Amino acid sequence: MISFGRDGRSLIARIEGEIDHHTADEFKTSIEKEYGRINAKNIIFDFTGVTFMDSSGIGMLIGRYKKAVEYGGSVYAFGVSKEVFRIFEMSGLHKIIKISDEEPADNLKKGGRVKWVK
Amino acid sequence: MGEITENKVENRVRIEMDAKSRNESFARLAVAAFVSELDPLVSDVIDIKTAVSEAVTNAIIHGYEDSPGTVYIDLKLTDGVITVTIKDDGVGIDDISRAMEPLYTSKPEEERSGMGFTVMEAFMDSIIVRSEKGRGTEVIMTKKLSDV
Ligand SMILES: Nc1ncnc2c1ncn2[C@@H]1O[C@H](COP(=O)(O)OP(=O)(O)OP(=O)(O)O)[C@@H](O)[C@H]1O
Ligand SMILES: [Mg+2]
Repeated sequence: MISFGRDGRSLIARIEGEIDHHTADEFKTSIEKEYGRINAKNIIFDFTGVTFMDSSGIGMLIGRYKKAVEYGGSVYAFGVSKEVFRIFEMSGLHKIIKISDEEPADNLKKGGRVKWVK
Repeated sequence: MGEITENKVENRVRIEMDAKSRNESFARLAVAAFVSELDPLVSDVIDIKTAVSEAVTNAIIHGYEDSPGTVYIDLKLTDGVITVTIKDDGVGIDDISRAMEPLYTSKPEEERSGMGFTVMEAFMDSIIVRSEKGRGTEVIMTKKLSDV
């Protein structure tokens, strides 16, 4: 399942459940639509509810990264579990996607600035 | 005394499924249920589920190129080692060693990263790929489950 929020020109995409070939295709389509609709630049992924990810997730995330870069933005992720982080590392995703331990949405609501680590 | 226990197959399950993407999650659940009798480590179960997901997905998108077909899954448990065989009767692989290189994909236009075989190799103890052009592909993987 995917749900969206926004903060200025940052699209917040909250993914829940498993990211595989079947679901990655659906996530890709809905993210593309929402990204265009709100004229976003950055994408912030909330991975807190992600229970599984395989290489189809890598392809989906690299695709979104390329898109964000094309529009002068960046891609962030938070709530990445240890298991999913292994897949990030193996593919080098952790070098192009900024990973944070903080909840950026809450942080932004409080008027604070998001501090992205790693 | 003199009892032959080595290589004894303790359990075996065979599954035939339509090559449909929605069956990928079923394949993962099935393999997790299959090893559960050994009370395995959560991390071992995740590794095996991920490797199975990769091989089944490959059979669907590459083997059958998203057209109808059957994916065969054979699960075997012997002396705490799981052997998973995923087979398709699809297009086959031309050059197996190139296919297994990290980042190699024949479908970059579909947002594939070419990391599937690399993930299977990293998460399992062994992997053998057999393939014949026009006949299909078989991926055989094993993993020793850690003693808890
Ligand atoms: N069952 C199969 N039948 C035919 N070709 C296959 C099969 N499995 C893999 N291949 C070939 O091997 C290549 C590499 O597979 P691998 O899983 O490593 O990457 P991918 O599937 O292309 O991308 P990713 O798994 O990262 O989404 C594929 O692009 C495909 O050409
Ligand atoms: Mg693959």
